[in-house]
Amino acid sequence: MAYQFDFPAVFDYTDALVTGAGVTLGLTLVGALLGGALGTLGGVVRAWRIHPLDWAFRLYVEVIRNTPFLVQLLFIFFGLPSLGVQINEWQASILTMVVNLGAYTTEIIRAGIEATPRGQIEAAQSLAMNRWQTFRHVVLRPSLQRVWPALSSQVIIVMLGSAVCSQIATEDLTFAANFIQSRNFRAFETYLVVTFLYFLLALLTRQLLNWVGRRFVAPRRPCSPEVR
Amino acid sequence: MSLVDIRGVHKHFGSNHVLKGIDLAVEPGEVVAIIGRSGSGKSTLLRTLNGLESIDAGEIEVDGTALKAHQDSAEQLRSLRLKVGMVFQQFNLFPHLSAGENIMLATTVVQGMDQESARDTAKAMLLKVGLQDKFDAYPDQLSGGQQQRVAIARALAMSPRVLLCDEITSALDPELVNEVLAVVKQLAAEGMTLIMVTHEMRFAREVGDKLVFMYQGLVHEYGDPRELFAQPRTPELASFISSVM
Ligand SMILES: Nc1ncnc2c1ncn2[C@@H]1O[C@H](COP(=O)(O)OP(=O)(O)OP(=O)(O)O)[C@@H](O)[C@H]1O
Ligand SMILES: [Mg+2]
Repeated sequence: MAYQFDFPAVFDYTDALVTGAGVTLGLTLVGALLGGALGTLGGVVRAWRIHPLDWAFRLYVEVIRNTPFLVQLLFIFFGLPSLGVQINEWQASILTMVVNLGAYTTEIIRAGIEATPRGQIEAAQSLAMNRWQTFRHVVLRPSLQRVWPALSSQVIIVMLGSAVCSQIATEDLTFAANFIQSRNFRAFETYLVVTFLYFLLALLTRQLLNWVGRRFVAPRRPCSPEVR
Repeated sequence: MSLVDIRGVHKHFGSNHVLKGIDLAVEPGEVVAIIGRSGSGKSTLLRTLNGLESIDAGEIEVDGTALKAHQDSAEQLRSLRLKVGMVFQQFNLFPHLSAGENIMLATTVVQGMDQESARDTAKAMLLKVGLQDKFDAYPDQLSGGQQQRVAIARALAMSPRVLLCDEITSALDPELVNEVLAVVKQLAAEGMTLIMVTHEMRFAREVGDKLVFMYQGLVHEYGDPRELFAQPRTPELASFISSVM
């Protein structure tokens, strides 16, 4: 007997899908901003070997990189309350995204900073710029430029990974999928639509990050290449 | 008193004793050309003059700012670097900034110049090196010779008392060497104090007021370039000259 597809059974729940996708995007946005900030700090600390923060970041990065995202999430959601820290599923999800992305970003940005040609720093020094001025005006932007594709990919990896946040009842896109298919019993159609939505979100996020990269990270080029 | 005073400077890289007691004085407006074989310590000497390399013994004094071995606080280094500009073999322009912004960066950030005056200064400096129409060009849109001239303009914008040049034409295609040397020559004519490591022997003889021949970490010969090229006093300089000319 041929399977009868019933997509309208999914689209009855469009509201839930839209809300879920919004939550996933929101988690990603906050995670990327805070995680990016944490990772930039970490990258600088690691590249400049600022003691004792240096080894703290090193430990942090190793722990995060070598444990599953889901376990990090469960630890934060169920573990922290045992220590007396009250945390709801939202806070736990966001915190896990930030902590996870922060660790990977630390390593990516560290690599970008360390790839700065020695001559760039010497040129800044010879112009009497101090360490902070050199970092802020000479090192930072080209370093971000170098690693922007890697950073973008990591944000998307974490966005897709955020699906596990539904495990602690964060009402993201995957949570919506589980909810819908438990009502309409149309698992195939529901997960197909949600798969497609994740795909769209990932494409959208990459486009957005590419635009941010072109607009704010890459040099502001005059349009004509005929300057020479 | 001399503008630059180098007294008994020693430098080691691990067990490699690279500078073995350098004494050298440079007067205001002098053009000093440093020559010598690869590895004789020319770049290292130049780099100690603006604190890019620390020294292990001796003293360096530029226009009243002294730097001794193990006495180089951030404040001393800043004060020294405000008086000493440097131009590098590889240009080292900041790739994310236009030519104009490259020049404006240190004048605004370090000297606290406002945008308006910094822009005017940058334009004046670009005019000086013949690149007044390249203010908005990015380094990768410029030829090597143009990049090096922007680098010179960037150093000059800080109004240094001395300009250090480390083989600034060595990375250039032969046909671009002259446009850079012309700028240096013009600076010399305007009375800029220049200390330059160079492989351009003819230029050293023509433009230099003093010639320094470095050999195994020491100033082996020092004097008038025309005299030394014509009559080297030591066999080491004689053999060096005959090997490069
Ligand atoms: N950062 C460094 N660490 C270790 N050794 C160094 C360093 N910089 C220079 N040296 C060594 O010091 C010696 C002198 O080097 P320097 O660059 O001053 O020579 P140079 O006269 O400028 O030579 P060249 O004509 O090739 O530029 C060389 O033996 C070099 O290997
Ligand atoms: Mg050298």
